[in-house]
Amino acid sequence: MSDLRELYQEVILDHNRRPHNFRELDGADRHADGFNPLCGDRLAVYVNLEGDTVVDATFVGSGCAISKASASLMTDMVKGKSLDDVRRLFEQFLELVTDERAQVDDALLGKLAVFAGVRDYPTRVKCASLAWHTLRAAVEDRHETITTE
Amino acid sequence: MPLPETEMAAASAPVVAAATPAPVSAPTRAEAFDVERVRADFPILRRQIREHPLVYLDNAATTQKPRAVLDAIARYYANGNANIHRGVYVLSEEATAAYDAARVTVQRFLNARAAREIIFTRNTTESINLVAQSFGRRQVGAGDEVLITHMEHHSNIVPWQLLCEQMGARLRVAPIDDRGVLQMDEFERLITPRTRMIAVVHLSNSLGTINPVRDIVELAHRHGVPVLIDASQSVYHMPVDVQALDCDFLCFTGHKTYGPTGIGVLYGRESLLEAMPPYQGGGDMIRSVTFEKTTYADLPNKFEAGTPNIAGVVGLGAALAYLSGIGFAAIAPHEADLLAYGTAALSEVKGLRFVGTAPEKASILAFVMKGAHPHDVGTIVDNEGVAIRTGHHCTQPIMDRFGVPATARASIAMYTTRAEIDALVRALERVREMFPR
Repeated sequence: MSDLRELYQEVILDHNRRPHNFRELDGADRHADGFNPLCGDRLAVYVNLEGDTVVDATFVGSGCAISKASASLMTDMVKGKSLDDVRRLFEQFLELVTDERAQVDDALLGKLAVFAGVRDYPTRVKCASLAWHTLRAAVEDRHETITTE
Repeated sequence: MPLPETEMAAASAPVVAAATPAPVSAPTRAEAFDVERVRADFPILRRQIREHPLVYLDNAATTQKPRAVLDAIARYYANGNANIHRGVYVLSEEATAAYDAARVTVQRFLNARAAREIIFTRNTTESINLVAQSFGRRQVGAGDEVLITHMEHHSNIVPWQLLCEQMGARLRVAPIDDRGVLQMDEFERLITPRTRMIAVVHLSNSLGTINPVRDIVELAHRHGVPVLIDASQSVYHMPVDVQALDCDFLCFTGHKTYGPTGIGVLYGRESLLEAMPPYQGGGDMIRSVTFEKTTYADLPNKFEAGTPNIAGVVGLGAALAYLSGIGFAAIAPHEADLLAYGTAALSEVKGLRFVGTAPEKASILAFVMKGAHPHDVGTIVDNEGVAIRTGHHCTQPIMDRFGVPATARASIAMYTTRAEIDALVRALERVREMFPR
């Protein structure tokens, strides 16, 4: 079970059970839908901006523990950040979950480091990254449904 | 030109595997089914996964291959590789004989009247597309209807949708009940004077439901409607006899019958195949070609354009010979026992709910677990060496019907054991520990 705990860290299980920012955002400035056809995960991400800064981010949807926890932690993390910082965080996160030799900025990633275990489960990378791809579509104001395939 | 069957038996010596068709009538076996002896035939079953013995329960996706199949393919490439049909040299004659012999093996496996009713394709999907496009475009016109069921695999939905779009026809779908049983009264009601084609799965890959295909064919024929049966999931669990079923088309794929990937079968009633135009044009399917006019080869070559998957056909022949050698008389009771055992064992797992509880069922144990997404279930049991499928299983309409985004699915084959079911249950207890509810 020890290996599995690398993937299903307590933080991830907590966020799965009680996701943060799990609500629609009425009249959100930005919004996008994401879909992972592999496992049927669907989620919508909502963002409010003030100038270049994310002032609120929320999500709704259904998915596995990894995707739900990822969306939950993501929406926590991006609040108060500039769009440039969000973009950097997104790149760092993708590196973290895909590249074993990733030189990631721990200070920048903060709690997101708990997703490091995902890289040992290649089929689960899409679960972890769905929320991020959807967020990027939202801030870039793209309205087609984002899929992981 | 394929050799007539009578000549084939006298074909050149079998340097290559199975230059003569394999006997496919099941020998009656008095002794009990020896699952350990069967398992010894499958090299992959000795693998360790994440430091556990492999427990392979994804047979509905693809079955593992016995040594006999691996050897037949290796022998073909090592000793018998040549292109078929046109060579005048020994090697080509041998390859042609092996290819044609495998067709007779398939014919006997399905109890078709003639080997020319057996068309080799890539897989079930290609077989269905062939029928939809070659037969369907002449059979189905504007305003006509094609009838399928709610439990079809995407491969038995999308080709008909494409056909209906092309022809201005309408796809109609017969409903299933909460157990996953086809509602036959509704099915019958949906056969109208405009119904021109019926396509139905024999054994549902995501529910395990066995459809009453014999009754369906009889009902359809009373209305003069031809029937295609998708037998992908049934042919490796139970005898399938196209004459007894009286179906017009039947499809299956090699890799679910313990054979290789990339080889599929279409059975078609000879009179229908004769009247159908070619599906693809090219080499091997012609009699003569000029720039003005091409005449087509006789069955089955008319539908086999280009160099076929010869090694795949040889492998499929070996797989069906292996399967028949063990015989459904031995396999079916073993698998029925596993299904009953698995159903009882999984019922004990807290918060587990089956999706697909038809009384007539085989092979499939699909379920969801309260508080744990199927994808998480799949990853956790994989960590214990247990391979199951999670997702929509290419049957998204079924997921919608049962209101779940996905299911976890364990599916059994002849080499599955009760101990493997126990390993799955133990692994599901791990899921319960991590995702308590």
